[in-house]
Amino acid sequence: MSQILQLQNLKKYYATQKAVDDISFSIEQGSIFGLLGPNGAGKTTLLRMITGIFFPDSGHIQFDGKEFDPMNDIIKIGYMPEERGLYKKMKIGDQALYLAQLKGLSKSEAMSKIKFWFKRLEMESWWNKKVEDLSKGMSQKLQFVTTVLHEPKLIILDEPFSGLDPVNANLIKDEIYGLAQRGSTIIFSTHRMEQVEEICDHIVLVNLGKKILDGTVQDVKQQFKENKFAVKLAEIPAQINPQGFEITDQKANELTIRIKEGFSGNDVLRSLLNANLTIEAFHEILPSLNEIFIGLVEGTKATTRAFQPLND
Amino acid sequence: MNKTLLIIQREYLTRVKNRRFVLTTILMPLLIVLFISGATYFSIKGKENHKIAVVDANGFFKGNLKSSKDLVFEFPEGVDTTNYLQKGYTDILIIPKFNASEKKPNYIIRSQKRIGLGSEGGISDRVNAALEDHLLQEAGINKSQLDSIHNQSQTAELKAVEENGGSVQESNAGLSYGIGFGSGMLIYITMFIYGAMVMRGVMEEKTNRIAEVMVSSVKPFQLMSGKIIGIGAVGLTQFLMWVVLIIGLSTAAQAFIPHDVMAQVQTLQQTNGQMPGGGMVQAGDAAQKIYKMQHTFSTANWPVIIGCFIFYFLGGYLFYAALFAAVGSVVNEDPQDAQSLMLPITMPIIFSFIIMSNAVQDPNTPMAIWASIIPFSSPMVMMARVAYGIPGTVTYVQLAASMLSLIGGFLFTTWLSGKIYRTGILMYGKKVSWKEMFKWAFRKN
Repeated sequence: MSQILQLQNLKKYYATQKAVDDISFSIEQGSIFGLLGPNGAGKTTLLRMITGIFFPDSGHIQFDGKEFDPMNDIIKIGYMPEERGLYKKMKIGDQALYLAQLKGLSKSEAMSKIKFWFKRLEMESWWNKKVEDLSKGMSQKLQFVTTVLHEPKLIILDEPFSGLDPVNANLIKDEIYGLAQRGSTIIFSTHRMEQVEEICDHIVLVNLGKKILDGTVQDVKQQFKENKFAVKLAEIPAQINPQGFEITDQKANELTIRIKEGFSGNDVLRSLLNANLTIEAFHEILPSLNEIFIGLVEGTKATTRAFQPLND
Repeated sequence: MNKTLLIIQREYLTRVKNRRFVLTTILMPLLIVLFISGATYFSIKGKENHKIAVVDANGFFKGNLKSSKDLVFEFPEGVDTTNYLQKGYTDILIIPKFNASEKKPNYIIRSQKRIGLGSEGGISDRVNAALEDHLLQEAGINKSQLDSIHNQSQTAELKAVEENGGSVQESNAGLSYGIGFGSGMLIYITMFIYGAMVMRGVMEEKTNRIAEVMVSSVKPFQLMSGKIIGIGAVGLTQFLMWVVLIIGLSTAAQAFIPHDVMAQVQTLQQTNGQMPGGGMVQAGDAAQKIYKMQHTFSTANWPVIIGCFIFYFLGGYLFYAALFAAVGSVVNEDPQDAQSLMLPITMPIIFSFIIMSNAVQDPNTPMAIWASIIPFSSPMVMMARVAYGIPGTVTYVQLAASMLSLIGGFLFTTWLSGKIYRTGILMYGKKVSWKEMFKWAFRKN
């Protein structure tokens, strides 16, 4: 598969901090990519460089096989920023039309696409309403439509589910899958790890302006596994003699164990079978992204970074 | 379609379609007309009436001091400063014994209420006239001769003409003053109204969090200039509609003038103020007045004045609107921040207004000349001077320098504001200092 976006040694320094400090990664066409990081890690700055709002201090961005050219490539990108809003006094239909035309669509083209999406997301009756009359969830939906309306190759969504109820969140999630299947690439930025685990193929974790993790969700989990397994026994004897493993937790008839260096799952099973115990279940426990995230970020100065003095 | 054009279109249409725009556009000229006619009405109606008791130690003012509707002079017996109020007089005028060697004899007028400036002037004029009549009579001119002189007296009408490249052109200082002050004032008001509109528009985009959505589609500079041009077009539309309304209203007012008066006015126009038949046929009083008004108006060089007005209106607006946009972009939710940040912009505007109100009286002081060239103040001050004529008062060199520096000026403020705006609209939460804004403005890329 070809790569739609390649970042090479991107740097963006502000007077107070190194917002993005030498970050490189690439994103495959048609994938759903998760950009993770704590508050103030540099995600927004990174996204603003990818969307052409900021110029990097140094480094290169390759978009769709060529050097990124904000003037022309901007129409192939749909960006829904975290800080988002709409003109309150404008009618919904006019607003969608205006934003679509700014993305380079002709009026008639924009019109037919808006009608398609409004119908799809059951928003047809909103046309003449004003944005100020919409609930937060409704305006998020409208915001999503205006982001993807011009069928961009690259869609960047920063916290897309905030303010949405579960029903609408699922609706948008399905649309995201659909867009990816039709060939769009999606960059998904969030703090909500369970959503990332569910949706993303590939993730990058940034902290303090640097990339600290890069890989598919499965690879990352493998990388951070702690050889933990869950064993469910029909009956737990008073005395177990652990050979090659240690028991870290016990709940009813389920044990959490950690296999020691040099041993494998088979060794554990063998020793349990030798002890004549009935095994009902045996499976590996992989760490959740949430645990990995907290483990990596905790203890760094991530939270205090925003308050560094000016003449640092 | 060009993106800047789309933004201009939106900014323009959302404002012009607004009910408030339609209302102010129609009501404003009506209010102005109402205000002017109200002020005129009260200045005529509101005159003080004085019934003045004259105590004349010489006895020659009786018969010479002329009364009018609001100034009545009487010469009662036995009235002095202690009892004139009881006898129904508002003032008492005491004229001491006349002494020919004294150049400026003192007259005393006493009253309970303070006498207004207009009435005081009227009284002193009449006393002087009476004194003059008395001196003429002393010199041997008898009363009947004096009366016949008064009856055929003429009043001179000063007609100022100025050199204009070989030919002479009639000029009118009063009209120039009116045009200069009026257009300067109009530019002053519109700068504030539309400048603040630009600022509020930018603040709206920032506080509603639209800015980042927008700049992912268009460049910040396009967004800013689109807004400035769109609102400028709203201002121009409003101004043109006022012109149309005023012309319409005055044409409608002409319909109330009787037909024969208008015919006389036309004859006066053709003959340059002279009635045919060697003054045998006198034009009516009303026709004379209308002709004079029209004639006075025709002394101004309207195409130049209107052309300059539009140029300085737009130039001044563009110069300051960009600065207002920059302020709007750095303001957060707190409107009080806007107040303090606006101060450095409003100060030069107010200062220019003060210079302008002096320049309409003395258009050739060095202060007025420099202020009409420096772009901070040129829109207002140059309009005040242009009304006095080109190239008589404002030389072509001065006009060219002023126009070029204004164009350069607004290009500079737009460039400067563009840089502040670009960073400002994406900054939330933090209060921005002048130092930081300066840094944003002058850093590379």
